[in-house]
Amino acid sequence: MEGSVQDTGTSGAKSAAEFAADVKSRIREIGPGEVHEGLPEGTVVVDVREDGEWATGNVPGAVHIPRSYLEMRIENVAPDRSTPVVLYCAAGLRSLYAAKTLIEDLGYQDVASMTGGITLWKDAGLPVEVKKTLTTEQADRYSRHLLLNEVGLEGQQKLLDAKVLLLGAGGLGSPTALYLAAAGVGTLGIIDGDTVDRSNLQRQIIHTEDRLGELKVDSAEVAINALNPDVKVVKYPYRIGSENIMDILPEYDIVVDGLDNFPTRYLLNDASVRLKIPVVSASILGFEGQLSVFSPYEGPCYRCLFPVPPPPELAPSCGANGVLGVLPGTMGLLQATEVVKLILEKGDPLIGRLLLYDALATSFTELKIGRDPECPICSRDPDSITQDEMGVFPDYDAFCSGGH
Amino acid sequence: MASVRIPPVLRPSVGGEREVEASGSNIGEVLQSLVTSFPATKDQIFGADGALNRYVNVYLNDEDVRVLDGLETSVGDGDHVVILPAMAGGS
Repeated sequence: MEGSVQDTGTSGAKSAAEFAADVKSRIREIGPGEVHEGLPEGTVVVDVREDGEWATGNVPGAVHIPRSYLEMRIENVAPDRSTPVVLYCAAGLRSLYAAKTLIEDLGYQDVASMTGGITLWKDAGLPVEVKKTLTTEQADRYSRHLLLNEVGLEGQQKLLDAKVLLLGAGGLGSPTALYLAAAGVGTLGIIDGDTVDRSNLQRQIIHTEDRLGELKVDSAEVAINALNPDVKVVKYPYRIGSENIMDILPEYDIVVDGLDNFPTRYLLNDASVRLKIPVVSASILGFEGQLSVFSPYEGPCYRCLFPVPPPPELAPSCGANGVLGVLPGTMGLLQATEVVKLILEKGDPLIGRLLLYDALATSFTELKIGRDPECPICSRDPDSITQDEMGVFPDYDAFCSGGH
Repeated sequence: MASVRIPPVLRPSVGGEREVEASGSNIGEVLQSLVTSFPATKDQIFGADGALNRYVNVYLNDEDVRVLDGLETSVGDGDHVVILPAMAGGS
């Protein structure tokens, strides 16, 4: 043991207190009040404390990079060396050392440390943001998401906070609901008035043989809860219609349209434009599917694409039709992917584009769809769209004799 | 010659083909050539006034012909024409 410990008493070495004083004299410090209201545009505020400290609350708008990861991650939030950066910790010392590193080792030109850290910030009565954190089980369950830069803790929290409404727990709704539940979408509303029939099981994978005859919303809830208890399922065991749509839709951030008939698709479109809620829409027939995202006032709506529905003889949605069992799986999961992207606000959503999938040819075709400046719905102010005109189109009454 | 993609609902009218070849120098002529070869498609594509039915979209490659020159839109050899009626199946 003797001789293995370096002598710290040699001349030139500083005590910790001397080192702190030295760093303090060289790093610019600013008070919490100035951080709160006086920072130049574009300043990045970084909390350099450890995970457990961050969880107790932070300066609103700050990003979290623990001191030990600072050199590796600072470029993710401040790629440009001239970006103004303000660092803070609990009491103002660790952030001083962190600032020294950014300036002297990494060449950042405009770095300051917040005096007194979050403690002085709180003492000054300034607002504190408490981020929700994941439980140990959630951190484990979503670990593959947490590893993705595009998701991470923040994205997973967005998923857990998201409310998505599924219109139908059928062919498209089954895979969509299961994968959204697995991904941790916190609230899934499901509207479906049907019961599980054996002929559904060739493709509606959320239901099972032993739940034949049960309401589809109940069957779906069982499957979702078995997969992920984080998910709250809100059940609407009836058809969506003009009498209930305006009560249900406002509760949700995104609607997933797997509807099997035109009248309700038009009704949904008009209500979602009025409420400015994006709709991830898909349809399937035989071996082919269509997919698009209708984001009101950002891209076209369903009526811009199809101003009027085809006559019943050209609308085979009206009766029972053949569909390849795996096709709604493909299309439903493309829908689920678009939903997750919208929640995360990552990537390029399928807005203003229509994707056609031909399973027999294994071909994807993408078509451009634009907003119709004369669209009877989305060319207008949303508040001017009245309840009476929603879902209405010529020959509505004759259509499909009930539209199932 | 352009290739014309036939949607599922029109396939019974063209002998079950998913894609057919049709000649013409513009969209109107290409569709007319299709209708001449397969008369059962006529009422599904064109209205009584000779215009495209409003529930049928026609694309030249990936553009809606309504934002191009409609039926007058020029079509070259090897172009792809897509006929797309609305579809609503989901269950």
